[in-house]
Amino acid sequence: MPVFWLVMIVLGLAALGYVFGRHRALANAGGDSRHLHSLPSYYGSNVAIKTVVPALLVMIIWLLVQPFVVDGRVIGMIPDSEIREGSNASLVMAEVRRTADGLDNAVAAGVMSDEEAGNARADVSDMTARLKDAGQIVTSTITQPVLLAAQEYRDLRRASALFMTIVVLIIAGAGLVWGMAGAKPDFRARNVVEKSIRMLLVAAASIAVLTTVGIILSLIFNTVEFFRLYPITAFFFEPTWLPSFGGGIDSDGNPLSKLGILPLLWGTLYISLIALLVAVPIGLFAAIYLSEYAGSKVRSIAKPMLEVLAGIPTIVYGLFALLTVGPLLIGVFGDEGLGWMQAGTAVMTAGLVMGIMLIPFVSSLSDDIINAVPQAMRDGSFGLGATKSETIKQVVLPAALPGIVGAILLAASRAIGETMIVVLGAGAAARLSLNPFEAMTTVTAKIVSQLTGDADFASPEALVAFALGMTLFILTLGLNVFALYIVRKYREQYD
Amino acid sequence: MTDASLNTPNNGHEPRAKSSLMTVDARTKRRNASETRFRMYGIAAVAAGVFFLVVLLGAILSNGVGAFQQTFISVDVYLDPAKLDKKGGRQIENIKKVSTFGYTPLVQQALFDKVAELGVETPLQKRKDMKALISASAAAQVRDYVIANPMQIGETVTFRILASSRVDGYLKDRVTRDSVARDKNIKPTHLDLVDALTKAGVIQKQFNIDFIIGADASESRAEQAGMGVSILGSFFMMLVVLGLSLPIGVAASIYLEEFAPQNRWTDVIEVNISNLAAVPSIVFGILGLAVFIQFAHLPQSAPLVGGLVLTLMTLPTIIISTRASLKSVPPSIRDAALGIGASKMQAVFHHVLPLAMPGILTGTIIGVAQALGETAPLLLIGMVGYIATNYPSGIGSGFLDPNSAMPAQIYEWAKRADPAYYERAWGGIIILLVFLLTMNIIAIILRRRFERRW
Repeated sequence: MPVFWLVMIVLGLAALGYVFGRHRALANAGGDSRHLHSLPSYYGSNVAIKTVVPALLVMIIWLLVQPFVVDGRVIGMIPDSEIREGSNASLVMAEVRRTADGLDNAVAAGVMSDEEAGNARADVSDMTARLKDAGQIVTSTITQPVLLAAQEYRDLRRASALFMTIVVLIIAGAGLVWGMAGAKPDFRARNVVEKSIRMLLVAAASIAVLTTVGIILSLIFNTVEFFRLYPITAFFFEPTWLPSFGGGIDSDGNPLSKLGILPLLWGTLYISLIALLVAVPIGLFAAIYLSEYAGSKVRSIAKPMLEVLAGIPTIVYGLFALLTVGPLLIGVFGDEGLGWMQAGTAVMTAGLVMGIMLIPFVSSLSDDIINAVPQAMRDGSFGLGATKSETIKQVVLPAALPGIVGAILLAASRAIGETMIVVLGAGAAARLSLNPFEAMTTVTAKIVSQLTGDADFASPEALVAFALGMTLFILTLGLNVFALYIVRKYREQYD
Repeated sequence: MTDASLNTPNNGHEPRAKSSLMTVDARTKRRNASETRFRMYGIAAVAAGVFFLVVLLGAILSNGVGAFQQTFISVDVYLDPAKLDKKGGRQIENIKKVSTFGYTPLVQQALFDKVAELGVETPLQKRKDMKALISASAAAQVRDYVIANPMQIGETVTFRILASSRVDGYLKDRVTRDSVARDKNIKPTHLDLVDALTKAGVIQKQFNIDFIIGADASESRAEQAGMGVSILGSFFMMLVVLGLSLPIGVAASIYLEEFAPQNRWTDVIEVNISNLAAVPSIVFGILGLAVFIQFAHLPQSAPLVGGLVLTLMTLPTIIISTRASLKSVPPSIRDAALGIGASKMQAVFHHVLPLAMPGILTGTIIGVAQALGETAPLLLIGMVGYIATNYPSGIGSGFLDPNSAMPAQIYEWAKRADPAYYERAWGGIIILLVFLLTMNIIAIILRRRFERRW
């Protein structure tokens, strides 16, 4: 909350600065805005920008750097004896942080006075009991070094927050004065303001790049960490996926869990294949019909209806797979029917539903591409006596083929990255099997289950999710880049 | 002219197979048949798409409407002072000491008396036999009432309490006499009693507002669970998404569309945006987990973090649609503004942007609607598995306290073992779709109303 108020104070200062700056500039020009270089409001904005931007930039940098400095100071206080077997410094640090938060909350709730919370000689077990009474989540017993570290952590954090407030306010004040100095008739306020707005625009546009960098860095760091704990060859070439609960290593130092990506990749591709087998014919024929045959009336009704399918959230499709399609398929292919299927969650269930989801995706992309084929080509074909379907099959589709291939690749990348349908509809068992009525699992489903389980975050069982994510990211990115390249190249052909 | 050659076949009288346009030869027949067939394929494909849509919506409606109705039992509970306020004096501290365990017998007794009063013949002759009919939440409901009105102790008050989810399922045909045979929670004799009580009007199905505004409940109390808290969670998340993605998206689009020079950096940004739009949403969840939770130590399960992740996810969509609407403003507007002495910045902000605003808002609403239905990234930042039973106490806690979100809540229900939760999940989908539909209709109206064709 102090950060919130600090921001509010800075913004308030800026608002004041705007009013004063505008007023001062007008006054300096003798009350006649024609003597000013820019409109009076630009002088106000100049002051406001100089007040806000440097101050908030410093604040953000401070907030980003502060945890590292504080952690670095506190971690030095923790003796090695405190770092238990199978644990590491960052886990102890998390404990320290939790204890410090607990102390803060206890003080805020009035259970403990500030002096008591900061008392370095406080009895550890008494402190634990009191924190527990106050409803704070703490580890079973706080040890002496952890308590000391937590108290130091609190002190540092508080000092840092205080310094930050002072520094930010000073900078904001200095910016205000600096801006006010510019409230003179010959100062080119508009140019300065426009330049800073332009910088803001560039910064906003760069966020997309930052996001990509963030994705790549977070994937790479954790993937490297994973491969340090688990052999890279085993991950890519081992045909079994069998994470052991609780992790652990055998006598040779190899992890007990078998984390081979192959069964997951197979499941992903198999489900995507079935989805495409459903979506591509239906989507393509629907697009052909709607763009070549249908009258405007049918088109104006059918096209939005198909597009509604695209607007339905994937969780709905997931539930549809789990509760409607699964039982339906069991009725036909299950023990009472053909006897091929054991459970409702299977490759077929997920594939069918995912196919339904992809229909509008394929149809609207192909629709665009078919419409981009020049009318002259159709007319030429009709002129030679071809029927409509012959024209479509022999002229329009070959011309549109690269674009349609691109659309199918885009749909495939969507299918590979789809999560909710497979989490709910495909089952949890990792299997290398050809039977589409068996439960299999996918890369995305396992990312979810490995990161939402109880596994310790630093264990290979959790970190494997990042390696899976990396694979998924590269796979879908590759498909997309390739597909967009094809589509673009094709479009240029007829432009 | 070449007419001569055309005329030659027509001058004779002998019937020739290919001569007349009136009779169709085999080849033309084949071609026409294939034409019809091809057309039929198209019609079949469109019909299949529409059919799937109808089946999907039908499944949602037929399974989900039931969740808006709930079975209630009306009973007259005698608030026994000997049990609820042993010391007398109606001191609120003393009354609060009695836990829900103290209230359970009173509620059961009330229903038992009701059964006796109606003269229903039943082999269930003990007060405790009523347990199977009553929701575990009933005791808490009565307790809350007593704490709010301590002076009512000693009176007999009529309550509308929730029936247990088995009874509810029986009235909604989810629980049948066959399935009850294997159920340890309820017996066929109970169902006989339910039939009798339904006939007497004691047990009734009524509209259940608590499903929409109530909080989630623990796994064993399906009848009590509601969407309210997760709707609030989604609401706060969407505030974050709207508050961040609209200004950032508009600023980025203005830069790329109006100011960006043709250079490497611009290319990098453009390629990035089009690729980000196709990155699977779960990857954004991984990003959120690694950056916002592991690295920046923001609170887990908080709507703020969910909003940040969804902002990054929807930004490309919003940028793409915003650029399209900026592009549709004709250059003459810019030229006119520049011609009368406006700076480039003034031309864009004073003239182009206001004209593009309806299109931008439409695109933003559609982007936010997409974010509202997104589930996968929320799974990774811990919004699932959290039982959202507490309403946020204020704006700050709305952003920072752990909460769920509508799609995450639906997923959570779909995972629970009790089939009673499946109905809730479908019902939750109806609520979610109503929100999405409203947002899309607003977007369409905005477009129809304000869109300008140049």
